[in-house]
Amino acid sequence: MSKKDTNFISAREARKISKENNKILKKLDGRLSRKNVPESEYLTTMKDPGNVVEFDDLHTYFFTDVGTVHAVDGVSFNVPAGKTVGIVGESGCGKSVTSLSLMQLLQRPTGQIVSGEIRLNLGDKAYDVAKMPIDAMRNIRGNVVSMIFQEPMTSLNPVFRIGFQLDEVIKLHNTGMSDEEVKQRSIDAIKMVGIPDAEGIYSRYPHELSGGMRQRIVIAMALVCNPRVIIADEPTTALDVTIQAQILELLRKLKGEINASIMLITHDLGVIAEMADYVVVMYAGRVVEKGLANEVFLDPRHPYTIGLMESKPVINKKVDRLYSIPGSVPNPINMPDYCYFRDRCEKCVARCEGKYPPECHVTDTHIVSCWRYFDETKGGTGR
Amino acid sequence: MSEVKEKILNEEDQKISVESGEGASDNVLEVKHLCKYFPIKAGLFGRVVGHVHAVEDVSFTLKRGTTMGLVGESGCGKTTIGKTILDLTPKTSGEVIFNGNVHLDKMSSKELRAFRPKIQIIFQDPYSSLSPRLPVGEIIGEAVREHNLVPPEEFDDYITRIMEACGLHDYQKDRYPHEFSGGQRQRICIARAVALNPDFIVCDEPVSALDVSIQAQIINLLEDLQEKFNLTYLFISHDLSVVQHISDTVGVMYLGNMVEYASKEEIFANPLHPYTQALFSAIPVPDPTIKMNRIILEGSIPSPSNPPSGCKFHTRCRNCKGVCRKMAPRTMDMGNGHTVACHIYDPESGYATEEESKPEE
Repeated sequence: MSKKDTNFISAREARKISKENNKILKKLDGRLSRKNVPESEYLTTMKDPGNVVEFDDLHTYFFTDVGTVHAVDGVSFNVPAGKTVGIVGESGCGKSVTSLSLMQLLQRPTGQIVSGEIRLNLGDKAYDVAKMPIDAMRNIRGNVVSMIFQEPMTSLNPVFRIGFQLDEVIKLHNTGMSDEEVKQRSIDAIKMVGIPDAEGIYSRYPHELSGGMRQRIVIAMALVCNPRVIIADEPTTALDVTIQAQILELLRKLKGEINASIMLITHDLGVIAEMADYVVVMYAGRVVEKGLANEVFLDPRHPYTIGLMESKPVINKKVDRLYSIPGSVPNPINMPDYCYFRDRCEKCVARCEGKYPPECHVTDTHIVSCWRYFDETKGGTGR
Repeated sequence: MSEVKEKILNEEDQKISVESGEGASDNVLEVKHLCKYFPIKAGLFGRVVGHVHAVEDVSFTLKRGTTMGLVGESGCGKTTIGKTILDLTPKTSGEVIFNGNVHLDKMSSKELRAFRPKIQIIFQDPYSSLSPRLPVGEIIGEAVREHNLVPPEEFDDYITRIMEACGLHDYQKDRYPHEFSGGQRQRICIARAVALNPDFIVCDEPVSALDVSIQAQIINLLEDLQEKFNLTYLFISHDLSVVQHISDTVGVMYLGNMVEYASKEEIFANPLHPYTQALFSAIPVPDPTIKMNRIILEGSIPSPSNPPSGCKFHTRCRNCKGVCRKMAPRTMDMGNGHTVACHIYDPESGYATEEESKPEE
């Protein structure tokens, strides 16, 4: 087994890659760093005005010294207004990078959106986030799109009081507000997430609160500017199951109150089933299956989705032996041209030897990328 | 294959011998009234100002070849129980008895050292529990050599066999932990524990840090090894669905107390303690058509350094009455080995006759 050699890169090769990367990154990053870019350059129109966000063939790459990592490789899905879209997949499948692309919070300069569009609906107009320069992006972050991170302790600054951190967000996006108004709005936000002693919490430090409370504060911070989209990146993974139930309940309640869309990123299928209206299953940087929650959960088509569902023990459902997907996720550098799941798939057909499968429409909303459904769905393009 | 068969046959023999009353080794582990307090020190001279009641009055027994699941929220003392049982942290009071007659705290250091291979632990985080400077073969084999479990000439073969049993390959022996993925590292941790031919393994959240598909592989591996080597597990986890899958008996912990203990079938079909009920109802089910009748607990777990009076759960309990605030509940045996510590099931507590009362806050 000469497995070791495949990942080996000599110093000369690394230098060469790094030189090429610099060339590409200079061009890509230079575009983002420009100042006073006319709005017309990133104005776009939504394909469907009912959507808040449309990801269209998004490619986000990381240019590292050992090669280009295709973290997101042609992802397309929509986030309809007022709905919850759950993105599920194993770690390293690109679900977080997809959401970070929408926020333009990728690690610069190595992480770059190479091609594709992220159309963000602002009501009267739509922006293409992939083309937006950094200074224009500042008005979007926290105001139109906001994010709830996984770890509530690290996403709050330990040296500032809770109130200060909430005020900061409001002041930044509402420059005309007086200090009293800002404070009142912060306190309202704390009340909204179900914390009883809002005034008291306002002047506390993050370390004085428990994990669940901190996550509530982070949620309050995300909601304080009434965003149109909330990205919740594993919001309950670090929490206990009883606290998780509280937070999920809260998110569901708040979504109804402020009429925002939620992009819920998690690896817990249970959480997705409970919260999401639409489900997107990602594998190795691509969407393998997407559809309404009922469709994906009750009629999973892609072998990976099926494997994922069977490998999780479910309460009150008895199995003698858990199914485990053989093998592991392929190396993200030098991805093959064929279906990424082929080497782990137990249901391969002759066609799988060929190129990456196209999107096959099982129903109008249920789309799966697998050769097995190619004929059934009349050549993939569907109806 | 034949080896496995032999093992199974031996196992059956053993069972028969136990049934015929040959020894007390039926119970691998007996824990009686185990307590563990951590002192809180303050001031210039480190005066002890209080105690964190990490584990309080926990008793259970564990039969050979079975798995006990220990569930609860973070900070409820699950891990402390695991460590105290293995005497990795000295206990405050109570008794821990292995194989019917082995008390770790009464042993000389020499005897303790000889007994250590029989009791092993698998840690939660496979990233920090492996030495980055040792090759994998050495990580697995170090203790085997130290304890002279196999003759030196068979050492290499033995390590290879153990690695293969745990789904690792022979050629990986000379690699270092950083070359492995999370699931593979957990396999190394398991191989390290199994290599010593233990009777009893504490699995401290062995799958929490892993992805779903890898979790399944590790759980299957643990089950295979249990069958092959007749192992006994204490499986600590906060993931109830995993615990339900792997365990034979389940103990539910809350703030240092074991509030409910029963066989898996019994406890999942008929959870008695209000905390267990809330815990079970909080598990998300991956089926959008099921709408759970969820019990949402208010607030979070109180501080174990200053636990609430009476029943520790009363601050979050839906069924709280006056007696719950005043008196700690007794552990009641509800039959079938199902024990629960709650006033509702104690006819002498006066819970049933008391009027409904609101919490004081």
